[in-house]
Amino acid sequence: MVFPLDRRAFISRATLAAGAAFVPHIAFAAAPTDRRFVFIIQRGAADGLNIVVPYADPAYRTLRGSLAIDPAGATRLDGTFSLHPALVEVGKMYGQNQALFVHAVASPYRDRSHFDGQNVLETGGVAPYAVKDGWLNRLAGLVSAPSGSAIALAPTIPLALRGSAPVTSYAPSKIPEPSDDLMVRVGQLYAADEQLHPLWSAAVDAKSVGEGATTEKGAAALGKLTAAFLTRPDGPRIAMLETGGWDTHNAQNGRLTAQLRTLDALVAALRSGMGSDWSNTTVLVATEFGRTAAANGTDGTDHGTGSAAMLIGGAVKGGRVIADWPGLASAHLHEGRDLKPTIALDAVIAGAAAESLALDPDLAGRRLFANIAQRPVTGLVA
Amino acid sequence: MSRQVLTPAAIALNRFGLGAVAGEAAPGDPKRYLLDQFQRFEASTPDFAQLPDGGALVTRYLADRRDMRQATPRTTPQADPMGNAPARPQRSDEQRAMRRDYAQEVRALYRQAAQARMTSALSTPAPFIERMVHFWANHFCVSADNPQTIALVGAFERDAIRPNVLGRFDDMLIAVEQHPAMLIYLNQAQSVGPNSPAAQTAAMRNPNRRRGLNENLAREIMELHTLGVRSGYTQTDVTEFARALTGWTVSGMGGGMPGEPMAFRFRPRQHEPGARKIVGRTYDQPEADQGRAVLADLAASPQTAMHVATKLARHFAGDTPPQALIDRLKATFTRTRGDLPALYRTLIESPEPWAPDAVKFRNPWDWTVASLRLLGPGVLSQMQTVNVLDQLGQPVWKPGSPAGWDDLAASWAAPDALLRRVEIAQRLASLAGDRIDARTAGPQLLPGSLSPATAEQVARAESPATALALLLVSPDMLRR
Repeated sequence: MVFPLDRRAFISRATLAAGAAFVPHIAFAAAPTDRRFVFIIQRGAADGLNIVVPYADPAYRTLRGSLAIDPAGATRLDGTFSLHPALVEVGKMYGQNQALFVHAVASPYRDRSHFDGQNVLETGGVAPYAVKDGWLNRLAGLVSAPSGSAIALAPTIPLALRGSAPVTSYAPSKIPEPSDDLMVRVGQLYAADEQLHPLWSAAVDAKSVGEGATTEKGAAALGKLTAAFLTRPDGPRIAMLETGGWDTHNAQNGRLTAQLRTLDALVAALRSGMGSDWSNTTVLVATEFGRTAAANGTDGTDHGTGSAAMLIGGAVKGGRVIADWPGLASAHLHEGRDLKPTIALDAVIAGAAAESLALDPDLAGRRLFANIAQRPVTGLVA
Repeated sequence: MSRQVLTPAAIALNRFGLGAVAGEAAPGDPKRYLLDQFQRFEASTPDFAQLPDGGALVTRYLADRRDMRQATPRTTPQADPMGNAPARPQRSDEQRAMRRDYAQEVRALYRQAAQARMTSALSTPAPFIERMVHFWANHFCVSADNPQTIALVGAFERDAIRPNVLGRFDDMLIAVEQHPAMLIYLNQAQSVGPNSPAAQTAAMRNPNRRRGLNENLAREIMELHTLGVRSGYTQTDVTEFARALTGWTVSGMGGGMPGEPMAFRFRPRQHEPGARKIVGRTYDQPEADQGRAVLADLAASPQTAMHVATKLARHFAGDTPPQALIDRLKATFTRTRGDLPALYRTLIESPEPWAPDAVKFRNPWDWTVASLRLLGPGVLSQMQTVNVLDQLGQPVWKPGSPAGWDDLAASWAAPDALLRRVEIAQRLASLAGDRIDARTAGPQLLPGSLSPATAEQVARAESPATALALLLVSPDMLRR
């Protein structure tokens, strides 16, 4: 099989930047930046094999049976992979070299619990609950923005964004707004409370931006809202969005199609909302682990290991699928059942996050993933 | 920072209970007050009893859909000439209308069930035990994420959790895992032993459509309901347990008799033949007894005792629970073989849950219940529990994952979440009108414990409604 660029090529390319590795203990001063980084987490173990489909792998059709994606309806990416037909806009971005996919990736986690898997994916540790804060929060600590560098588009802060760097959160509300008087009094009520005071200040700031952006709901509105925060000159530079519903143990085909349509609409709205800033934006889409190579007995798939990640954005060196493809023949499957991971997701995240925010990849790698197994993958983002 | 120091009476009302009811006197003997609730708890409430039968709704819909499909088959999907993906099969107008009606009925039932849950939380004579109902429903979580589970989730809490909340852990475990809501939610109802007669017949009929194992329920029982994650079991144990559970299905879900009620049903033809080896033990029991024997051993495992003890300790003694309390609860669980009232007594008799610092950040459900109890009867009838909890970010019975809601402050204390509470507080306070005076309600809620800063802000508010809203979002009320 032919691949646009294999893992070994990356590793050799990454060593070109090795000079930076010899100046380790310099404190990383927070740097102002015009660039944006967005992390969309897919909670529930998204099925990489039916999203970025290895149609040319002879075992694929046999393993997936009636779940197999028909290459005739899918967007052809290269001689090996095709893209699920629901990802229409993402497919167009791939055609414009603004999207790339990394296949057979996994975090260091090798068991099959969603909750532990998400914990590892979000903390950047090598074992569940070993690290308390999230890698995205540590990334936020490396860049500066006048009003805090990161935002969660959610009522609460996801683990990847929890930590010492100040983070805000916002989600649109349907309830009538509190009166100004009440807002002021609540501020006084929390003034002396160590936990509530900073939360309240951040909430009041985000409210003023968010309300100006949109009152719609749904995936497209969320994309637009995210763009409204990220395009402000004094706004955050890092955003996190959560998607759920990827745990397709049954009736997978219809469910996965609906999930991907939503994701597609979200990314498309984000791109149009970002306007000219799209050229400085990188969106990472990743999940905690993949699903079994074979279909299960109920038209779905069970918890697996390797999956696919996406990088989308105006600065992404897209139009390619990066994989050191292990193959789906049963001898090549992880524990005889799952896609074997051949690229460390941590290394992809570290490289993509660093390059998209113009940080040094090796330093960012060590800061985000203290026990990173591979050098950060570079050459992903211009 | 003016630290709030909670009295034992305030702790009994708020940390153990669900908050003071308007006009309620402070308990004179807080421990006695909690222990007395064991006798007062009502497993069955009129509102829960009156819920329409969600199972009947689901079975009727499934039967109607089957009939209609046979009468008017869907058009076959075809790729268009450009080779684009085939359109989804078209539903007829009649099918669409039926689906819409069903969705509306299910939604109405869900709203009614959530309202019954809230009514029970507001009027219960045993708020501590009611809290435990909420705790166990979250531990054995069924997330109402599709029409079938939305229709059944209220019945799940009513029939599997409430009757067992003062019983034994293993009885609750069996009731939960055999409830149709759980069997459907975690895909057990469809799981078929790969070598079972049912699978062999299906393979002969259509070799391309394999029927087989789904390991979802088996994994979550081990990971979430009993042993706990990383407690030593392996992927092989999960798969073997899934094989042991094959045949555990739901009647009324197709393949059965028309009009059959929805209930647990063991189908021997789907059961994987043979003995199973799970976590070092061999199970050679026949049919449904095999799965039950595994569950009995899982319930009695020291890992399960540890897992349950840790979660209980976290719920009452802080996000990082004290080891001494975990050890004591674990010992009680082991000694009494999972007697739940004995665990509750250990909590009441232990010093850690009585720590005077407000150790827990109330989650949106807990906060809404406490707010409505304080505002008195009348507010609930003017609002929909479902809508309020949707807005607050904790939709009722919908955590979206079988792990249930997190029991950590970091999951709930966030800028936007705080703003939502202020919005809802203003709304609730306006619904309460001027029946409640925040200046007297505050000390009732927190006997001897209201912080001076809150008392001062409440007293200085421009109107009774603002005073009430401020009390509801005060630090004192956000924590327990």
